[in-house]
Amino acid sequence: MVQTAHFPHPPGVLRAEHLAIGYRLGRRGEKRLYDQLSFALHPGELTCLLGPNGAGKSTLLRTIGGTQASLDGALFLEDRELKKFREKERARRIGLVLTDRTMAGGLPVRELVALGRQPHTGFFGRLGREDLRIVEEAIAAVGLEEKSEVYVAELSDGERQKAMIARAIAQECPVLLLDEPTAFLDVVSRIEILNLLHRLATEHGKTILLSTHDLEQALLLSDRLWLLSRERGLECGVVEDLVFSGALGRLFSRNGITFDAGSGSFRPEFPVGKTIAVQAEGTLLFWAKNALMRNGYLPAEEAPLRLEVKAPDQFCVTNGSTPLFQAASFEEFIRRLKSIPDSR
Amino acid sequence: MKPYTLWILTGLILLLLGASLFFGSVTIPIRAVLAILTGQETGQETWEFIVLHSRLPQAVTALFAGAALAVAGLMLQTLFNNPLAGPSILGIDAGAGLGVALIMLLFGGTVGNVAAGLSLSGSFAVITGAFLGAAGILGIILFFSTLVRSTVMLLIIGILVGYITASLISLLHFISDPEGVFSYTMWGMGDFSGVSLNRLPLLCGLLGIGLGIALLLMKPLNALLLGERYAENLGVNVRRVRIGLLVSTGILTAVTTAFCGPVSFIGLAVPHIARLLTGSSNHTLLLPATLLCGAAIALLCNLITVLPGASGLLPLNAITPLIGAPVIIYVIINQKKIQYFN
Repeated sequence: MVQTAHFPHPPGVLRAEHLAIGYRLGRRGEKRLYDQLSFALHPGELTCLLGPNGAGKSTLLRTIGGTQASLDGALFLEDRELKKFREKERARRIGLVLTDRTMAGGLPVRELVALGRQPHTGFFGRLGREDLRIVEEAIAAVGLEEKSEVYVAELSDGERQKAMIARAIAQECPVLLLDEPTAFLDVVSRIEILNLLHRLATEHGKTILLSTHDLEQALLLSDRLWLLSRERGLECGVVEDLVFSGALGRLFSRNGITFDAGSGSFRPEFPVGKTIAVQAEGTLLFWAKNALMRNGYLPAEEAPLRLEVKAPDQFCVTNGSTPLFQAASFEEFIRRLKSIPDSR
Repeated sequence: MKPYTLWILTGLILLLLGASLFFGSVTIPIRAVLAILTGQETGQETWEFIVLHSRLPQAVTALFAGAALAVAGLMLQTLFNNPLAGPSILGIDAGAGLGVALIMLLFGGTVGNVAAGLSLSGSFAVITGAFLGAAGILGIILFFSTLVRSTVMLLIIGILVGYITASLISLLHFISDPEGVFSYTMWGMGDFSGVSLNRLPLLCGLLGIGLGIALLLMKPLNALLLGERYAENLGVNVRRVRIGLLVSTGILTAVTTAFCGPVSFIGLAVPHIARLLTGSSNHTLLLPATLLCGAAIALLCNLITVLPGASGLLPLNAITPLIGAPVIIYVIINQKKIQYFN
């Protein structure tokens, strides 16, 4: 076995040993959410933290980011305990994007992003030429060049989030932690932001951890997943491994949500009554199954009820050898399907 | 960034400072004032006394007190993340008032030089009382700020603490002698004229220290615009900065209140005027702008108090709300259009 402890870790490696997170409640003791967490974050990788509401995702992020004290165990950054870093040293290594409300509406975008330079500037925060260059680069990285003179208050939610990310980029930390950076955003901004973070990880070698409810995007773009739930604790792994180990399927099982490994998506558990055999190709098969499951039919290999879809306007349903009906659209097919008398 | 606003404000202050020396309740010819200021003989000793021992210290007091209150208001607004915070709303100058009341009312006319006039303000005991009172209320508000996350709730607590302080002062009135009550009431009307030329260096020195601390905190104040967690992530030692801000606010509010009485609205309204003028929340510009604006507006208010001429002075606290309250109403009505609210 290789003794990794003798080799210095590359910058940006963050790991936890037997970490306990939660809240101190003053004299009444503490509320432990998780105990004995051990994990590592790696440079050049985008990790997504998934879990139901109330699982403690924000607490975990804040503890790793150092803004909330851990209850036990230790966090290490570049082989040095995180607690031993001075404020300014830590500020140059771990950047945060939180969901906290800010009062920065009266700052133009450029000045907001320039706040990210604070750990690098002197006592009065005067920006040097190098600082200004980095600020412009960060603004360009999130695509807000056109808006750099605009007040933060006048930005859309998506642009505001991008400005906050630009601020974190300007902070030049090897580690970047983001708490639900895509919450409240429309689809376009969500995809843009996750794409941007993925690029930061792969092209600039940043270590990125973000919590999100955007499951589909997370499955597409993240290198690793962290699944956090009160029942099973923290499960870490490469996306595909977690799919096949069934861990993704269990994540929301308590809430009646299942993971469909065939399509890579989560969906509610539909009450399944009847089975039906489907004959179709590719995309048509996928959407036919989608329509069937939503309406209480479970697609199966063999069943007396059979559906054949040749084209989006050619549906043919048979029961054994008797033809039941034909349909020319999904709408007509579903209406007719519902009118089949319940055989049981 | 509009740094030229700072130059315009400085010019305005010099203009107002000049006007405060030339105009007052006693009419003195402009040429005579110029002569007195340049050290020439005018043959009128009363004029000399009025210009050098009354108008000059009064103008300088207004300048420093206005700057101090405005900067204290700005720091509180950023610290509490609420643009409607201010020394009076949070009950801090009520606390200073309680300290002063304790000294004045309990010891009656025996402290300071009440007997000689109404210029009890500025005596060492009164300053100490005001400072302890202000610091006590600040401490209480700070304690509540750890329990209550919502800043609106915190402001309401500040107002309530202010009420409690006010009723304590009323109770003190009940048990103290009439002279004490009278000098307290006069003190409560606010006045820039109570500081003598001898005491002026003390006032300026103490406020200079408070303002100096504030200027040193410009960088962390900017980080605090993002909230405490972000500030911490930017390497700010939030605990230390918060103590620095409270010490500075405490000195500025307490010293001003001790010397000039509780002057209302300057701390609340001037930071808004400065934000609207500069169009920025960036403290490297906003803090100096607020400082200058506060000085200018206090000088202006001071000039207005002498308008009645020979028939006497208007109370300062009758003027400041007339200027301050409309600004706050304007800001609240237009908050959707004003960037720093969003």
